[in-house]
Amino acid sequence: MKQVFTRPASLAETPMHYCPGCTHGVAHRLVAEVLDELGLRGRTIGVASVGCSVFAYNYFNLDFQQAAHGRAPAVATGIKRVLPDRVVFTYQGDGDLAAIGTAEIVHAANRGENITVIFINNAVYGMTGGQMAPTTLPGMRTTTTPYGRDVRVTGYPIHVAEMLATLKGVAYISRVALCGVAHITKAKRAIRKAFQAQLDGKGFSLVEILSTCPVTWGLQPIDAVRWLEANMLPVFPLGEFVTDGQKERA
Amino acid sequence: MATALTDRVLMKGNEAIAEAAIRAGVQAYFGYPITPQSEISEYMAAHLPEHGGAFLQAESEVAAINMVYGAAGAGARVMTSTSSPGISLMQEGLSYIVGSELPCVIINVMRGGPGLGNIAPSQADYFQATKSAGHGDGRNLVLAPSTIQEAADLTLLAFDLADRYRNPAMVLTDGITGQMMEPVAFREGPSLPREVPAWATTGAGDGPVRLINSIYLEPEALEAHNQRLQEKYRRMQVEVRSEAYLMDDAVVAVAAYGLTARIARTAVDRARAKGIRAGLLRPITVYPFPTQACADAAGQVAGILTVEMSAGQMVEDVRLAVEGRTPVRFYGRLGGVVPTPPEVLAQIERLLSEVKAR
Amino acid sequence: MASMELIIAGFGGQGILFLGEMLTQAAILEGKHATWMPAYGPEQRGGTATCTVVIAEEPIGSPVVADPDALIVMNRPSMDKFEPRARAGAVLIVNASMVDRPPERADLVVVAVDAAAEARALDKPQVANMVLLGALLAARPVVAMESVARALAGHFPPDRQHLVEINVTALTRGAAAAARQLPGAASARVA
Repeated sequence: MKQVFTRPASLAETPMHYCPGCTHGVAHRLVAEVLDELGLRGRTIGVASVGCSVFAYNYFNLDFQQAAHGRAPAVATGIKRVLPDRVVFTYQGDGDLAAIGTAEIVHAANRGENITVIFINNAVYGMTGGQMAPTTLPGMRTTTTPYGRDVRVTGYPIHVAEMLATLKGVAYISRVALCGVAHITKAKRAIRKAFQAQLDGKGFSLVEILSTCPVTWGLQPIDAVRWLEANMLPVFPLGEFVTDGQKERA
Repeated sequence: MATALTDRVLMKGNEAIAEAAIRAGVQAYFGYPITPQSEISEYMAAHLPEHGGAFLQAESEVAAINMVYGAAGAGARVMTSTSSPGISLMQEGLSYIVGSELPCVIINVMRGGPGLGNIAPSQADYFQATKSAGHGDGRNLVLAPSTIQEAADLTLLAFDLADRYRNPAMVLTDGITGQMMEPVAFREGPSLPREVPAWATTGAGDGPVRLINSIYLEPEALEAHNQRLQEKYRRMQVEVRSEAYLMDDAVVAVAAYGLTARIARTAVDRARAKGIRAGLLRPITVYPFPTQACADAAGQVAGILTVEMSAGQMVEDVRLAVEGRTPVRFYGRLGGVVPTPPEVLAQIERLLSEVKAR
Repeated sequence: MASMELIIAGFGGQGILFLGEMLTQAAILEGKHATWMPAYGPEQRGGTATCTVVIAEEPIGSPVVADPDALIVMNRPSMDKFEPRARAGAVLIVNASMVDRPPERADLVVVAVDAAAEARALDKPQVANMVLLGALLAARPVVAMESVARALAGHFPPDRQHLVEINVTALTRGAAAAARQLPGAASARVA
């Protein structure tokens, strides 16, 4: 009998703790499939961040380091600088990457650090219980914006992909969304391109993945996917922002 | 084997530390410029790559210590250097490093504080260095050189101790020791042959996956982890080092470390020239602290004078060791002011007259 | 003269740190113990500069000197600041080109040298510092002039070795100028 679906070798057998309908599991799987397909499992080191994906290392069957909140790009830099022939990636949420870790992500990108960043944007702090993230939409209710995000008080959603795309050290940046099979297929293609850029020594690569957080959004899983489509896509346009970076090669 | 005096090279303390680290086989250096230690970064930038090591100027001390974490976790011999305000920024990373039990070397060339303070020499980071490594119950191994030769020697030792205990080792020095020049002879390193540790995340290959981590969500598990760490700190006590100078017949002792100890040594010499039987007790490790040496001195002398470039930090460890058996007095200069030998001599005489009057 | 606790003070740019370094290096070449300590500051140019050099036969305790037994003062503010701190009997080398008052103390060995004029005579104003070092060594021969010459030779890169000679000449002139003021004290052997 032909086997058509199995657990990627880069994923561990541990059951995931993520909430029902959360797309972390999908994102994990896409990364693991890409690592498998590129034959990288044995020479990849992942860096987990702080947020819901704090335990990502439990679900990936890879060497992993756990970083302090926001510091994953610096940790990944330390690893990559001493092991330049290994594959190094971070897996970070929007609070981690786009709030507390802005300095680290900007400078890793600007250095053209030859790492890959998987950036999960679900417009909210999930782990701490649904507070405002830097990516929270204008007017969106969270536990710390109970009357909706007032841009006059707390500013605007940060467009990480566009912002980092201005830096010369970047080799590949795209934004994808985990809403529907077509989008998920595109997301995997983007992740593969990002790791390929690293393998080719081209510099910094990042895939921003629009994701759902049904529990803190207060929605059923399927409604969360629809909400993402209806509300996040207009604010965070999908697409490739950098496909062949300008960084000079050493 | 003693090195001929003429084989020594005249170097700044900062440069000697950097050269010693290179000879110790350091594979990566991450740092952020701050006076009075930037020569360490500059020396590493110029010389580490030619030895095959990685030099990177980080965007902040926060990033630098996390790069150290990543490289240490990947099995490299790694270091950073900074000065007091930078150490404050590194506290977070240090806590993760002790929690994850990673070996690394941190150089703190102390300057005046609090806040931006100034760039003058200080010893006011003693508490921060010796009492914890960031939040939580972690500890740094802390070595306090008094001369530039010792700064080089202790830098080498720091790498070995860091590896032996899988713990950060800090070289705690000051702006003058960093900036002054003195002849130094280098030992060739590394003194321990070093292989990539089995726990390092280098890519799992076909073997089991490795994890560098400090999360233990269950309180009982975290308690057990902490108990292991505490057991390690108890084992570290054998690394305690101190120097006794003219203590054999001393009736009064000066306790001081680092630059202050050298100043006190001159004051002790001057006291001896005046017929005062003074001695110097100099901690070389300040964590672990030479408690027994202090306790022994307490049974012998009429009083101990602790001298620091702080408002009185190490003096607390001296008092804990002495347990009230002999008077402990304190003399400190603050904010980057350096005590002079005549000042210390005057304090020795004052302490003696005080204890005689009792 | 086995030991010396020297403070050199003046404006930044007068070659104070270099003077101290060459003296320290000379002591090391002779197998002595030596420390060189700058008063470091955020300013990269100008401002005040101070350098403390300790030379001894035994391992050195304090590199910090409160009461020097030798002083080189290269400007008036340094004279005003450090003269009162000198130990009784200390040697005080005064840069007469920049210090417009005589010393107040009578218990010091004073040598005043117009270092700028001596350096101008060599057509090399930058070597005024070596003139003053020469004067110091004439008064207190803590190291041999030859050792300073070796230190200078070790300092300059191959393409600037020609600078050694002019610096040594400046040392010699400074020593000669000092010797004229030190009857019976001119024991320094002049390279």
